[in-house]
Amino acid sequence: MAGTKAMTAQQQTPTAVPHKKGFWQRNRGLLFVLPWLFGFIVFKGYPFLSSLVYSFTDYNLFEGITKAGLFNYAEVFTDKKIQRAFGVTFRYAFMTVPLKLIFALFIAYILNFKIKGVKIFRTIYYIPSILGGSVAIAVLWKAIFKEDGIVNMILGFFGIQGPNWLANGSAAVFIIVLLRVWQFGSSMVIFLAALKGVPQDLYEAASLDGAGKWRQFFSITVPLITPVIFYNLVTQLVQAFQEFNGPYIITQGGPRGATTLVSLLIYNNAFKKYNMGLASAEAWVLFIVLMIFTAILQWSQKHWVYYSDED
Amino acid sequence: MSANTAAVTRKPMSREKQHKVSNAIKYLVLILVGFIMIYPLLWMIGASFKSNAEIFSSIGFIPKNPTLQGYKDALKGYGGDIDIWKAMLNSLKIVIPKVILTVFSCTIAAFGFARFHFKGHDVLFALLMSTLFLPNVVLNVPQYIMYNQWNWIDSPIYLPLIAPTLFAQDTYFVFMLIQFMRNIPKELDEAAKIDGCTAWGTLWRVIAPVLKPAMVSCALFQFMWSYNDFMGPLLYVSTPARYPVSIFVKMSMDADTGFAWNRILALSLISIVPSLVLFFMAQDQFIDGVSAGAVKG
Repeated sequence: MAGTKAMTAQQQTPTAVPHKKGFWQRNRGLLFVLPWLFGFIVFKGYPFLSSLVYSFTDYNLFEGITKAGLFNYAEVFTDKKIQRAFGVTFRYAFMTVPLKLIFALFIAYILNFKIKGVKIFRTIYYIPSILGGSVAIAVLWKAIFKEDGIVNMILGFFGIQGPNWLANGSAAVFIIVLLRVWQFGSSMVIFLAALKGVPQDLYEAASLDGAGKWRQFFSITVPLITPVIFYNLVTQLVQAFQEFNGPYIITQGGPRGATTLVSLLIYNNAFKKYNMGLASAEAWVLFIVLMIFTAILQWSQKHWVYYSDED
Repeated sequence: MSANTAAVTRKPMSREKQHKVSNAIKYLVLILVGFIMIYPLLWMIGASFKSNAEIFSSIGFIPKNPTLQGYKDALKGYGGDIDIWKAMLNSLKIVIPKVILTVFSCTIAAFGFARFHFKGHDVLFALLMSTLFLPNVVLNVPQYIMYNQWNWIDSPIYLPLIAPTLFAQDTYFVFMLIQFMRNIPKELDEAAKIDGCTAWGTLWRVIAPVLKPAMVSCALFQFMWSYNDFMGPLLYVSTPARYPVSIFVKMSMDADTGFAWNRILALSLISIVPSLVLFFMAQDQFIDGVSAGAVKG
């Protein structure tokens, strides 16, 4: 009774036809999901599939399609520049993600002890995550890593001759890695929330058994928060593989291609050379690589991720 | 219990001492790392008040001869149809509609997924979740082609940037709201139903008030991300008079690099003031928002 009463004019209007009323009544939730579904098809589903089609053509924004085939993929797998971009992207991701997560977990672990002023510390560590994506911070990065910038001044203070960061290949990769690692605050906040959920009595029991702080960290804390480590790992990996702002604004992909990540290469091919076909193929290869990594992580879950309750 | 007290009372002095030392180390690490983290920002503030000659001559961040020249130059603009105020206004023209539309559309979608069982629920939910990890890099090119066909490129009302938010396309927020909604007892819905509330009415009159903190979190993050967004406007805004602040700062940087560092640093600082103000006004909501999405999953 209450169910039929709740079905009022608003829900009925889209389907006034009597025999359909039953369907919408049983599937009312669908009405709320429908706008999202429409948007999904138009803004994600269709573009996603059409880019797969474009990747097999020589689609040019001004000249259209003149031929189709596997040539774009052939180019992706043979062209030295493209290969290099993939190499740089791997290197970038495999430096950024572990460094960021280790920092985040380490600081969260310390903050989780009864620390006075925990809020102030949390704020300080979180600010870079809020601002880090802005162009303003990219400008700042360019300024502090100038050859005569403060980073080299500080290194000089300790008697170290700093490199010319923006002109040296590995140094340039390092500064865009650092820009992301500096933003470990958002991962830290997630870890901190997870650490709060680890029951205190487990630590007490362990310390009675004579387990030191480090032992406790690796045999209690880490296993219990593996689901959150997993979540952070996947989201950070997806983000790192798509990094664009750092290399575009700070290093412009240079010096000599050292920081040309795949996303930058795709941008250059698509929006400077208007070669949409090749750009789509590059994007798809990147996508598939990312899928493989995610699948490996998913598969590995059962060996290291500990879920307390099957929800 | 007795074993517990015995262990605690055995050697209280050394324990206390150990505790003090380890505490001191913790604070030392926290302060040191925090200082390193925040120093670039402090330096930036200081440098914006320095003369160009002074900026790269000392490590300290406090200017010896403070000057407002950087700010004066920054506010003057670079000629053309755009200055920092116009650019910030343009940013708001993008960000405010995005925030409002996102909160409404994502709440509605989340309500549908979290509170109802319907035909295809699980398939659609799997689709939704898969878009959470769908890299944007695959979508940029085909979306550009599509918007180009629709004549949406350089639209004066920023259609390519705003329109998707009308349809809850920022999956992260839908997901976050679903997580929060799962914690709202279903009894509330039942009671509303019995009182004769429609599903639509239940959402806005019963669920929304409880969900408010989560909706505020969504609004805050959407504000921050859209305000900082660089690639979107880079692709879809080409008339200088319509540049949002992210593009404007980038253009100014290209024009200034190598000489007027105080000017570009001042300009950059002005551009992040709205983000900073918002963050300090609502940092707890930010933190709750980030944690909820991941931890309850």
